[in-house]
Amino acid sequence: MAPVPDSGARDRWQEELRRGPAREQPPTTISGQPVQPLYTPDLLPGFDYESDLGYPGQFPFARGVHAAMYRSQLWTMRQFAGFGTPRQTNARFRFLLEKGQTGLSTAFDLPTLMGLDSDDPHAEGEVGRLGVAVDTIEDVRQLYDGIDLDQVSVSLTINAPAIVVMAFVFAHAQDQGLDPRRLRGTTQNDILKEYHAQNEFIFPPEPSVRLVVDLIEFCTRHVPRWNPVSISGYHIREAGSTAVQELAFTLADGFHYVDQCLARGLRVDDFAPRLSFFFNAHNDLFEEVAKYRAARVLWADALRRRYGAQDEASCRLRFHAQTAGCSLQATQPEVNLVRVAYQALAAVLGGCQSLHTNSLDETLALPSEHAATLALRTQQVLAYETGVTNTVDPLGGSYFLEALAQRMRREATSYFERIDRLGGMIAAIEAGFFRREIGEASFAYQREVDAGRRVVVGVNAFQERDETPIGLLVVDAVEREQVAALRLVKERRDQADVRRVLDEVRRTALGRTNLMPTLLDAARARVTVGEVMTALADVFGRDKGAAIW
Amino acid sequence: MTLQPQPVRIILAKVGLDGHDRGIRVVARGLRDAGFHVIYAGLWQTPEAVVRAVADEDADWLGLSLLSGSHMTQVPRVLELLLRTDLGHVGVIVGGIIPPGDVPKLLELGVVRVFGPGTPLGEISDFLREQPRRVHD
Repeated sequence: MAPVPDSGARDRWQEELRRGPAREQPPTTISGQPVQPLYTPDLLPGFDYESDLGYPGQFPFARGVHAAMYRSQLWTMRQFAGFGTPRQTNARFRFLLEKGQTGLSTAFDLPTLMGLDSDDPHAEGEVGRLGVAVDTIEDVRQLYDGIDLDQVSVSLTINAPAIVVMAFVFAHAQDQGLDPRRLRGTTQNDILKEYHAQNEFIFPPEPSVRLVVDLIEFCTRHVPRWNPVSISGYHIREAGSTAVQELAFTLADGFHYVDQCLARGLRVDDFAPRLSFFFNAHNDLFEEVAKYRAARVLWADALRRRYGAQDEASCRLRFHAQTAGCSLQATQPEVNLVRVAYQALAAVLGGCQSLHTNSLDETLALPSEHAATLALRTQQVLAYETGVTNTVDPLGGSYFLEALAQRMRREATSYFERIDRLGGMIAAIEAGFFRREIGEASFAYQREVDAGRRVVVGVNAFQERDETPIGLLVVDAVEREQVAALRLVKERRDQADVRRVLDEVRRTALGRTNLMPTLLDAARARVTVGEVMTALADVFGRDKGAAIW
Repeated sequence: MTLQPQPVRIILAKVGLDGHDRGIRVVARGLRDAGFHVIYAGLWQTPEAVVRAVADEDADWLGLSLLSGSHMTQVPRVLELLLRTDLGHVGVIVGGIIPPGDVPKLLELGVVRVFGPGTPLGEISDFLREQPRRVHD
């Protein structure tokens, strides 16, 4: 028998709430969104299970992109790694695979990311420091030596020179006798967020997007299991954006790539299923889960309605998540382990397809082996001990969560309209719109922390007087070794062939045909990343970046 | 009539290839709100360009931000160029990710102060206000 509803219950609750003490900290999310004391069905007007949530694996994918989610397959535990020479990074990859990691993720050093060779004067002091140095196809061979690229999925975090490094990877795989149709992996290849946030762009936005689309087009036709782009909100959030900005700007970037692929003559259902995403997993647990759900629904809806996708796979937003580097603190670094665990929980409750958990020492140095192992173990505990994988989307239907997700969808939609009013993505970048929006959010957050309105454990509260320093990884300078290896490659190659290929790169860049076939020739001629990027800059020009703050 | 003192002028710059500019842009806004005249030189500055900007802008202070680990390559170059161009009176502060072991080395070379992650904005502006305008005179 159903209990008799108590009509006075709500009034009594409100009365008690009013009388009780309230804590000083404003009850907002970390992004500054107000939060109600309690969420009830009346805060979700018109909410309908079938249309708003539906079933996992089905449009609009609010509850996840697969029917059984982690009951059939866990997320891929993919720890980002790379430092020093390709040989050193190859050793770290093997170490991680041996510890039970299920996919690889490659970090490149700054010179490579900025399209400079290890012997470039501007690379001095940076070679192999934040990631692995890659100059030629020979480096790619060493990097993935002994790793079966048709067995282990590999991700490459590179953007401006992405298509060049991918030419090295595809040429290497072909030389190994692998069928390109069997290769599995992901290239970040998302240049737009570089202008918003991460600042690793080289050319102006338009020719840069052309390179992104060249890689998408090539993979769509020849490497169908490869994700040719990972549309990234991670860096937008790291630059200080709110959760809604991360959501809105990432999806807006995605829409721009879809528009450009369509303009190229590709059919939406041929390439959209391979577009993948990359989001931040920050501290505010419910806001993060709501963000991933809002992203899935907004994307599904846009692909179906705006772009006319017929294939459900085109509407499915698959994403990698990484815990928030910017949330890690230099004081009491062991506490970072706890932050990372909660953030990883948010990503998993939000239905991620793969996950990187940061190491506790990452504000201080590159991860030590001990810290990297603990970070991976954090995922393993989450997967095998906490029980959160036992049912699909355990938080679905929470009044709070659904209300948050609804509001985030509304606010993201209003950002899409603002971007349109500015004349679209490229015009908005050129107007400095994204950088200003993010800059304001990051400044507002810092003000709150400085004023003590937002507590950061170990930083503005709960400090320790004496801290014991933790052991850190020291990366030896590899500059000389890497430069010597590069010299050797340069001496042994056919110089006339190099000149011919670079001329061909310039000619192709001037036209409209896909650059990839020429770049595969360049890879085999052992042309360097820096040489190709310089040839492209001759045609595209360089973007010096505006000092907006 | 009393003359208002001219605001202290500070150039902020990212040197090297590192694009992490969240911190330096927040510091730029914070110092501006605290009454400083802030000039943000932007990303990917070479030591030569930074020193040229210091001269052109007649700056009192120079703030460099590095998160890529190349501070022991870049900062000494900037300091040396400042001395060589008779700008030794300009105080240099450094922010970003600087391992604890490198901080005394940078101070020894002539950096006035290193501000690590998590430094409140008020701490930076208070520090600059407490310093004489020409710290090395």
